[in-house]
Amino acid sequence: MTKSILIDTSKCMACRGCQVACKQWNQLPAEQTTFTGTYETPPSLSTHTWMKITFNEVEEGGKVKWFFGNQRCMHCTDAGCMISCPAGAIYHTEAGTVAIDEKKCIGCNYCVANCPFQAVSFDRATNLPFKCTFCLDRTSNGLQPACAAACPTGAITFGDRNAMVSRASMRVGQLKDAGNRNATIYGLEEVNGTGMLYVLADKPEHYSLPADPQVPFGARLWGVLFKPFRIFVVLAVGLGLWANRAQVKEVEEAKKAQKSSQGVK
Amino acid sequence: MTNHWIDYKNSDVFMNIGGNTAENHPISMKWIEKARETKGAKLIVVDPRVSRTAAVADLYVPIRPGTNVAYLGGLIQYILANKLYHKEYVENYTNATFLINEGFKWDDVTGLFEGVQDNPARNAKGYNQATWQYQRDEEGNVRKDPEMRDPNCVFQIMRKFYAKYSLDNISKITGAPKDVLEESYKLFASTGQPGKAGNIMYAMGITQFTHGAQSVRSVAVPQLLLGNIGIPGGGVNAQRGQANVQGACDMGMLYHIVTGYMPTPQQAAHATLADYNAATPGGYWANRPKFMASMLKAWWPDLRPEQSYPFLPKLDGTDHSHIASYKLMGEGEVKGMICWADNPAVSGPTAGAKRQYQANLDWLISVDLFENETAAFWQKEAGANPADIKTEVFLLPGAAGYEKDGTKTNSGRWIQWNWKAQDPPGDAKSDLWIADRLFKAVRAEYEKGGVFPDPITRMNWDYGDEADPERVDKEINGYDVRTGALYTSFGQLKDDGSTACGSWIYTGFFSDPANPACKKRIKETQGIGSNSNWSWAWPLNRRIVYNRGAADPSGKPWNPDLPLFRWDGTAWQRNDVPDFNAAIPPEDSAKNAFIMTAEGHARLFTQGLNDAPLPIHYEPAESPVANLLYPQATYNPVSQRFYPPTEHTVVNDEERARYPYVITTYRVCEHYQSGIMTRNIPWLNETMPELFIEISEEMAKEKDIANGDTVTIESKRLFNNGEQKGIVAKACVTKRLKPMTINGDKVHVVGMPWHWGYAGMAKGAITNDLAPSVGDPNTTIPEYKAFLCNIRKGGKLA
Amino acid sequence: MKLSRRDFLKLSGASAAAASLTSVGFNGVAEGAFQPVRINYAKEVHTICTFCGVGCGIICHVRDGKIINAEGDPDHPINEGSLCSKGSSIFNLSYVYDSKGNFKPNPKRLTRPLWRDKYSDKWVEKDWDWMFERIAQKIKETRDATFEETVQVGGRTVTVNRTNAISWLGSAFCTNEENYLFKKIARGLGMINVDHCARL
Repeated sequence: MTKSILIDTSKCMACRGCQVACKQWNQLPAEQTTFTGTYETPPSLSTHTWMKITFNEVEEGGKVKWFFGNQRCMHCTDAGCMISCPAGAIYHTEAGTVAIDEKKCIGCNYCVANCPFQAVSFDRATNLPFKCTFCLDRTSNGLQPACAAACPTGAITFGDRNAMVSRASMRVGQLKDAGNRNATIYGLEEVNGTGMLYVLADKPEHYSLPADPQVPFGARLWGVLFKPFRIFVVLAVGLGLWANRAQVKEVEEAKKAQKSSQGVK
Repeated sequence: MTNHWIDYKNSDVFMNIGGNTAENHPISMKWIEKARETKGAKLIVVDPRVSRTAAVADLYVPIRPGTNVAYLGGLIQYILANKLYHKEYVENYTNATFLINEGFKWDDVTGLFEGVQDNPARNAKGYNQATWQYQRDEEGNVRKDPEMRDPNCVFQIMRKFYAKYSLDNISKITGAPKDVLEESYKLFASTGQPGKAGNIMYAMGITQFTHGAQSVRSVAVPQLLLGNIGIPGGGVNAQRGQANVQGACDMGMLYHIVTGYMPTPQQAAHATLADYNAATPGGYWANRPKFMASMLKAWWPDLRPEQSYPFLPKLDGTDHSHIASYKLMGEGEVKGMICWADNPAVSGPTAGAKRQYQANLDWLISVDLFENETAAFWQKEAGANPADIKTEVFLLPGAAGYEKDGTKTNSGRWIQWNWKAQDPPGDAKSDLWIADRLFKAVRAEYEKGGVFPDPITRMNWDYGDEADPERVDKEINGYDVRTGALYTSFGQLKDDGSTACGSWIYTGFFSDPANPACKKRIKETQGIGSNSNWSWAWPLNRRIVYNRGAADPSGKPWNPDLPLFRWDGTAWQRNDVPDFNAAIPPEDSAKNAFIMTAEGHARLFTQGLNDAPLPIHYEPAESPVANLLYPQATYNPVSQRFYPPTEHTVVNDEERARYPYVITTYRVCEHYQSGIMTRNIPWLNETMPELFIEISEEMAKEKDIANGDTVTIESKRLFNNGEQKGIVAKACVTKRLKPMTINGDKVHVVGMPWHWGYAGMAKGAITNDLAPSVGDPNTTIPEYKAFLCNIRKGGKLA
Repeated sequence: MKLSRRDFLKLSGASAAAASLTSVGFNGVAEGAFQPVRINYAKEVHTICTFCGVGCGIICHVRDGKIINAEGDPDHPINEGSLCSKGSSIFNLSYVYDSKGNFKPNPKRLTRPLWRDKYSDKWVEKDWDWMFERIAQKIKETRDATFEETVQVGGRTVTVNRTNAISWLGSAFCTNEENYLFKKIARGLGMINVDHCARL
C-alpha cells in the first residue's frame, strides 16, 4: 500500500519537535551551528540532518507572515537519485518510498547531484548517501514515523496515500474558503508525484520548495544510456567519483547560495 | 489555570496575551487546533512581535511591552460601552451589584486611589483602604442594587472608571492600530453570549511587571463580565512555564506562604496560633485553622499545634523574596545560600550585580544536573578572580526527571506520577535523597547541641533510610494521627491536633497507597475532556474550578452541548466535581457561586491587593513615554523601591535619550529557562545555537546593522562609576517587529531571549544583566518584560 | 489524472520502471519489514516531561538499565504521543551520539559531588559523607550565629525562630515530594529568605 506523509503547513507552528524527534529516533548526532540571523538551523540538510523546518518571512499588504516549511527527501515517483544511480542501489519500496540499499551503493554520489530537492547528503567517511527513510523501521512495525508521532498539531500526518490526498484536498478547500487564494496541494504532480504531500497556504517558494522541480536531464540521459551496461558502469565507478566530486561541491554551494538569496530568513 | 489543557478544545475564541503558547507550551496548540478544526474557533494573539504563535493566529494585535492593562482595560470599556457582557452571570455571580463606600474615588491626574499615604518601609506609597469597602446595612449585609443603577455600585463605578479607556486612547498608548484593536475586542467580546466560551491564556508577559497583579486582574475582570469563568472552554489560564512550578507553589516554596497557600506568620499580627487563627478570612478560607493545625501536626507530631506553632519562623514585615534576599546578600547579611536546581545568576534581574553579591557568601550549595552559572560564579569565565572570592561552594550532582520517582503538578493542577526509568549517572542522586541526607546530617549536629534545636530535633522525619517518595506523599495527603488512616478529603481535617496533613489542597491524591489517584492512567474516550480518571487534580479532583459558573442560577448549563452540571430537579448531573455546595438547591448555591471569597461572589472590584481595587494602567518603571491616561502618575506608586530609583532606573528625559529603546525578554521553544539543561543538550544547541536580539528592519537601517551582525546592548544597570558596559548578541533583523507609533511618536521595540550564560556546552551573554530589580507591590515579581536599553553596532561575543 | 496515475504506477513495478527510465525499478519489499524495531523487547517506563507546565507523558524505552529511546506517550491524554523540540530531546540529558551514531554519556553531566574551597580556582571531587558533614557544619555555624529566637513586638515577646542569614531557593524542576521536604527543612531551620523560580 502506498503511504504518504502529509505536511499541513497551515497547522505548523515550527516548534521543531519533528526535527529533534527525527534525530532522536534515527540516532543522529547534533551539528555545530551558529546563529546567522534566522531561526532556521542547520543551514541545510546533511548526513546528520534528514529533515528540518524552514522559516521564511514575507510581508504582503502590510501584513507580516512567517511561513514554516518542512524540508527533506520527497520520495519522488520520478526520483532523480534513483534514475541516476548507476549501481541500482536506490529503489522504491512497497510503501512507495525511496530507499537506499547500502550494500549495493558504490559511493559515486550521483544521487546527491541529481536530487532536485537537494535532500540527499553524502558522507565521505562511510562513502554512503543519507536521507529521510520515511522511518521504515517504525512504519513497517505499526508505528508512525518519528516526525509524525511527535507533531503536536497534526501538521504532520502519516497514512495511506489516498486518505492523505483526500485530507489535503479538504484542507486546501478550507484554506481557500478562508481567503488563501494561493492555497494548493504540493506533491501531486511535481516530479510525477511525491511520497511527501504538502498543504500549502501560499506559494511553494514561501516554504523553500521549488515551484517546478525537475529531474536533471543529465540524470535521465544517464539512466537511458547506461541501463543495459550496468557492469561497465560499476567498473567506471572511479571515473564517476572523480567527475562527481566537483558536482557535489556545486550542490553544496547551491544550498548555501539558496539560503543567502532568501535573505537568510 | 482555572481550566486545563484538554479543555481548550471547548473554547470558541482564544486570546493569547503576555504569552507565546506555540513556543513555550507547544502542546497547548494541539487543543487549540482541535477547537479551530472542530468548531471554527479563532485565535487572537496580542504580542509586541510576531512570535511563532502570532504566525499561526487568526488575528494578531501588536502592542508595546508594558501596556497589557491598557489593552485589556480597553476591552473592559468596549464590553461595557456596547453592553456585550453576560448580564445574568454578572448580576448573579459577581459583585457588580454591590455598593461601595461613598468616599471611594480616584484621581484622574495622578492615577492614585482614595486613601493614599506614604509607606516608608517600602520607600513607596501605600493605601488605607477604608473607602474601598462595601456598604453594609445594620446587620452587616452588603448593600446591593440589583438594577445596577446606583452610582456607587461596582458596575457604575467601572463604567465611569473605564470611560477613558477608549479605542483612541488605547491605540495611542499601545501602538496597536485602532481597527485591529476594535476587531480583536469585538471578536473576543462575542463570547459574552451565553453558550459561548472565551479563553484568555497568558504567562509571564502578563505577570512580570511592576503592575503584574493588576495585569492578572485585567484578565480576570473581562472574563467575569463575559461569563467565561467556571465554564468549559473558558477561564483565566495562567500557563505555567515549568514542569512543577505549580507543585512547588502548592508546597509553599515561597517566602510569603507555608503549604497550601496559607500565609507565613508575621511577627506583629500572628504571634500565637490563636492570633493567626483570629485573622482567618471568610468564605471557604474560614476552615484555615484546620489546615494550619494539620500542617503543624504533620511537621511536629509529638506537640500540640499551639505548642509547635512558635517553631514556624515569623516574618519581620519586610519583603524576603528573591530581589530582597539578594539585596541582603549584597549588604552582607545573607551569608549562606542553597539553590536546589535553580540558577539565579542567570535568571535573576540585574544578574551581573547579583553575581558580585554572591562573593559576600561564606558558603553556597548548588544542586543541579550540570555545572551552572550560580555555582561557577567564582571562575574566570564569569569575569571573576577566584583568588579574591572567599565563598566555599558545594556542587551536588542531581537526577534528571526520569531518573527519579515522584509527582509533578502540571498547569491544569493535575498531579501526575513520574516513574523512574534509569539510575542517575555515577554518584548523582535525586534531590529527595539529597534533602533527606542533608536534613539528617544537620539534625545529627543539633542532637549534639546548638541554638534552639527543638524545631529541628523534634521534626517528623520518617521516610526511611533511602527516602521513599510515597512515604512523603502520605504525609502530604494527610492522615488520622491516632490510626494513621489516610484521608480522602480536606473536609476531614480538624483543628484539634487529631489530624495531620502536609498540604491540605492535596488531600485525596494519595489516600489509597495501593492504587493512588495520582498514578491513575485511564484516558477518557468520550465526554467533555475532564479525564477524571487520569491522575488527580487538586482540589478534590476538580478539573475546572469556580464551576458553579457553568450553569445558570436555576441549574441549566449555559451551553447545553457542554454540560458540566445540570440540575434535574432533585440532584445535579455531573461532569466534574462541584466547586459549590451541591447538597442545596441551585438557586441557593447560585448566591455563593464563588465559595473562596467571603461574599461568595467574584470580585470585579477588589479589596485584596495593595495597589488598586480596579485594574489601572501604569507605565513600567522604565518607559519612553508619560502615562497618557494619568498624566502625573509615576510607575506603580505602591511598588517597592529596593534601590534608589535615580541610581537604578531611567528617570528623566536625558536618560531616556541615552536608553531610547523598549526591550522585552522571552523564551524560545528550543531552550528552557536559564538554559542549564537545554544548553547541555546538543540537539537543542544545534537548533538555537546562540544568543540573539530581534530588531526591526527600520531600526537596522537607522543603525546600519546587518542581519547576523554583532551588537552591544546597554542598560542603566550596566552603567557603573561612569563606565557603560553592555552585553553582546547577534542581530536578528526581522520584519516581525515594527517600530510603534505611541501617541504620535515613533518608538522602537527590541526583544531578546535569556537562555545563555558562561557555563555549559553553549555559551553567551546573560540577558538579565540588563533587567532592573524592581517588582510588583503584591508579589515582587521582577519587571523583565519592559525596560529601556540602548543598542550599538559591534561588540565582542562572550 | 496524475494523482491516480502515481498510485497506479506504484502498484506496477514494470510501469514504474518504464516511467522513471530506470531498470532499478521496484524492489517490492519494504526493507524495514525485516528489521527489528530498535525498541523491541525494551522496557517501557512512563515519565512526565521535565520542561514546561503542560505535563506531557513520555515513554522511556529502557534496556539493560539504560534509556535507549524517549518519545511521546500515545496513551497520554494531553499530548497523545506528541512532543515539542525540548520534549523530544530529553535523551540528550543522559546520552549524546558521536558521529558514528554510538551513544555515550553526556560529557557535561555531573557525576560526583564537587567542592570548591575558598579562594581556590578549581573543583575537587569529594564523597557524599564528607560533603554532608561539612555542609551541616556550615549551616549550623551560620544559623546559630545569626539566630533570633524571640523579638519584642509592642511590649510582647514573640517567638520568631528565624535566621535572616541563609537564602534558600527551591525548584520548579523538582518533584512535589522534594519541594515539600525543602519547605520543611527551610522552615524547621528558621529560614525566611525562601523562594523559587516561580518568581523569576
